[in-house]
Amino acid sequence: MLKVEKLSVVLDGEEIIKDLSFEVKEGDIITILGPNGAGKTVLLKTLLGIFPYQGKIQWNPKARIGYVPQRLPFIKDFPMSVEEFFELKGISRRDAARLLNSVGLKTGISRKCIGELSSGQFQRVLVAWALAKDPNVLLFDEPTTGIDIKGEETIYSLLARINKEKNLTMLLVTHDLSVVYKFSNYVICLNKCPLCKGRPREVLNPKVLEKLYGEEVKFYTHHKH
Amino acid sequence: MLLLSLIVGASIGCAAGYIGTLMLSRRMSLVAGPLGHLALPGIALALLYGFDISAGSFPFIILGMVFIWLFELRTKLPPEALTAIVFASGMSIAFLLLPIEQAEAALIGDITRVGFLDATFSVLLSLFVIALTKMIYKKIALISISEDLARCERIDVRRYSLIYLLNIAIIVALGVKVVGGLLTAALVAIPAATSRNLSKSLVEYSILGCLFGFLSPIIGILLSQSTNLPAGPLTILVSTSFFVLSSIFKR
Repeated sequence: MLKVEKLSVVLDGEEIIKDLSFEVKEGDIITILGPNGAGKTVLLKTLLGIFPYQGKIQWNPKARIGYVPQRLPFIKDFPMSVEEFFELKGISRRDAARLLNSVGLKTGISRKCIGELSSGQFQRVLVAWALAKDPNVLLFDEPTTGIDIKGEETIYSLLARINKEKNLTMLLVTHDLSVVYKFSNYVICLNKCPLCKGRPREVLNPKVLEKLYGEEVKFYTHHKH
Repeated sequence: MLLLSLIVGASIGCAAGYIGTLMLSRRMSLVAGPLGHLALPGIALALLYGFDISAGSFPFIILGMVFIWLFELRTKLPPEALTAIVFASGMSIAFLLLPIEQAEAALIGDITRVGFLDATFSVLLSLFVIALTKMIYKKIALISISEDLARCERIDVRRYSLIYLLNIAIIVALGVKVVGGLLTAALVAIPAATSRNLSKSLVEYSILGCLFGFLSPIIGILLSQSTNLPAGPLTILVSTSFFVLSSIFKR
């Protein structure tokens, strides 16, 4: 589905990603693990074609990509109902309602104002939005945990279900280890340079993690972010 | 004469209020401010040499947009600083060109002396701006919300932003006729702000923006007739009154 070779990304003179290679097969769930500032979001955006890069990014010509961003702070600048948000993408009300149902939201939500949604609901709306136009790859930046309403499926079981139902390939950015173990079949540890990659249970060990997250401390003492 | 100025004021106001609903987002509101001031030197030249003030301001607005864009690219200063620079420079050039006692029309507009040809042209241009804005509305909204999402949808962000900016330049050039160079930003921003207070959806938001933009110059010009005060400032104050009321009845 996707082949990345010797990918390097330099933004404003700073090297964000260095010499990264990996391959994604159809139906894979890949997690990209790393501390804040490790270049995870930049990697997703580079794969989407938003940032310039060196190296090779080769998508399968049949790949149709859906993208779930981490946050959309500017969306509150517009008073907008959920179904109008889908209209921005050219999705009809009926299709929007169907998509919203498929991510576990009730039909009534499509008339609601985006600003009135809970963060859990909003994340599901974003997932449904990304699933419109039937993508076969989903890029997801930091799904948040712990905001799900009791008794409903978590965002991860939702993603797992979609992965099964549609054989959807997924790339998830996260810093949550439990997600990596429970959910993905391939992990890429990233802190500027790739530190490990492979099946989570095989490649993740205390030494790798210390290296991965130990860097974070160093990173923060040097640059005050 | 009165009817002509009412028609011109209402159509420009409606177009300005409509496009204003796109400009009220955090990333765009700062564009509106300096543009009217950028128009000032152009208005001054137009008044000195006796040609249409909208035609005079248009090239200056375009020029100013290019300058702001270049400065932002080159200096990475916050837009507020650039706005202040542009604002002051526009005013200064205008006052160098135009003696201060003649500057009133440049600063606060003079809609009551609009001619027939001028009026026809303004109305047609306003309709053009409304049609073009309607065409790009959803795309620009998505770009304002997230350029990344827009790019994923394969929207040509640069092309749409360019059409959008041109649209803004036209409406600001028209707006100086109604309220002058100092107050144009308000013509764009206040109806949109009022509408946002009252709207729950994008459709309501854009329609109400247009409606308040339409009503304010009409009431302003009529008030000007009965009070003999200038129409430009009255228009803006009517608009402000709507805004204050909408803040009280905010949904």
